[in-house]
Amino acid sequence: MTRPRIRWHIPVFLAPAVVIYTAVMIFPLVNTLRLALFSKIDQERVFVGLDNFRTLFFDPIWSEQFWNALGNNFWFFLIHMLVQNPIGIVLAAILSHPRLRFSALYRSAIFVPTILSFVIVGFAWKLILSPIWGIAPSMLDAVGLKSLFAPWLGKEEYALTTLALISVWQFVGIPMMLIYAALLSIPDEVIEAGEVDGITGMAAFWKIKLPLILPSIGIISILTFVGNFNAFDLIYASQGALAGPDYSTDILGTFMYRTFFGFQLQLGDPHMGSAIASAMFAIILVGVCLYLYGVQSRMRRYQL
Amino acid sequence: MNKARTNPLNTFAMHGALIFYTLIALFPVFVILINSFKTRKAIFKEPLALPDTESFSLIGYQTVLKQGDFFLYFQNSMIVTVASLFLILLFGAMAAYALSEYRFRGSKLLGLYLALGIMIPIRIGTVAILDLMVSTGLVNTLWALILVYTAQGLPLAVFILSEFMRQVSDDLKNAGRIDGLSEYTIFFRLVLPLVRPAMATVAVFNMIPIWNDLWFPLILAPTEATKTLTLGSQVFIGQFVTDWNAVLSALSFAILPVLALYVIFSRQLIRGITSGAVK
Repeated sequence: MTRPRIRWHIPVFLAPAVVIYTAVMIFPLVNTLRLALFSKIDQERVFVGLDNFRTLFFDPIWSEQFWNALGNNFWFFLIHMLVQNPIGIVLAAILSHPRLRFSALYRSAIFVPTILSFVIVGFAWKLILSPIWGIAPSMLDAVGLKSLFAPWLGKEEYALTTLALISVWQFVGIPMMLIYAALLSIPDEVIEAGEVDGITGMAAFWKIKLPLILPSIGIISILTFVGNFNAFDLIYASQGALAGPDYSTDILGTFMYRTFFGFQLQLGDPHMGSAIASAMFAIILVGVCLYLYGVQSRMRRYQL
Repeated sequence: MNKARTNPLNTFAMHGALIFYTLIALFPVFVILINSFKTRKAIFKEPLALPDTESFSLIGYQTVLKQGDFFLYFQNSMIVTVASLFLILLFGAMAAYALSEYRFRGSKLLGLYLALGIMIPIRIGTVAILDLMVSTGLVNTLWALILVYTAQGLPLAVFILSEFMRQVSDDLKNAGRIDGLSEYTIFFRLVLPLVRPAMATVAVFNMIPIWNDLWFPLILAPTEATKTLTLGSQVFIGQFVTDWNAVLSALSFAILPVLALYVIFSRQLIRGITSGAVK
């Protein structure tokens, strides 16, 4: 029996991608999870088991910050789910109307915020909402609502919601595009069959189109979840690493950054930083698994 | 056609809603751009007015050009983005070809392994990535960023490209084999040109997040020589918080190249996103 010759081109094709992916992504990921089990005592790296997590969850100083960041993160995610995705779906539903003119123009314009960096978005809104410049108050004044104005980014009770809405403003283009693509892929025959049965307009949307785009809504939800739970840039760009006022806009990303790098007088601690990263990893993993097993596998896919 | 579809009132309401949202989307960008061309006095007196001969001023842009090395930042961003995209496309396409074309032991498992990274954000591993870059001496070089973005982009690239490569006809490849072409020639000469649209989609998906990323430039390459445009404008604006002319001009500087690219490529970009790559 002769052994089949080794097909060398297969490893050659695979090697670069696998090596870079393993070395720069998987290995550091595993290493971060491992580092979370160590601590630095007297300049030496010591194995401490789950001590870092005990500190993170139960030590009063740490746990207060951690639960605060986690709670804020869930609120941040909730606003995206309740505001960004419905707006995206409505815009997509309007845009996919077959006889709408200028739809390409609207699509391009509404997608503009998504291409801007967090730095631009954060500062632009900071300036617009600033009481010093006064664009927001004078615009509210024009519609007779000046009394509603407050320095939203500077108030503890509003800052996080305001930032979440800014982020919604920035990213609404993504659900819009994905839903738009899903709506376009619904064959005309299905819609026409509905029309023959007297289902038109809004009823057609609720009864025919919405069930057919549910898988896309599921994908958008999980993308939003993963994106929100490793968000950092917008908060850092507009509120700084301290996520002010008084940590009211602190989310897991900024909390990990502060812990890892240190700020003001506190020194950076890579091991606690790794512990927070591991917690983020666990949260994202749970979310993705819930989606894959709980939502996607039960979702009915219609053969179109 | 059906009456319900062409009701003029409906059309009116649809355009109304879209115009309203378009204004919300564009208003902040518009305000920043017009005010960057005005004098300090005009910025505060009439923030919504267009610059006229009296209020026109380039003082902000002069400050920005004097103080910040924006051309260097721009160049850095360009190098990082283009190099990462090139590596993602080349290595991603090679791996996708191997996974979709050949059957070998463990190919399913390898595909699954590469797909893991689609859902797990690479930021989770930041602590160890910094360690790695420090120990290999790549920290504070553009290579650190290029490698990280390549690793980040590969999983989705392999996934999308292998879906498309399955559709390339076997007859074509076999014809090439009969003509004595090597597997490498078949890949580069026959298959790659056929999946160009999918490559454009992958490029578009990766371009914006790479160009706009703040996290990794901040952590892996914060020195003056390696700052990207995003990090550069963040630092610059932080220093000039009270100089409104400079801040507005710096923001415009960061917006304009992206906006110009977007106007050129928006068709390609939107087609890429709506081509059903995310299924």
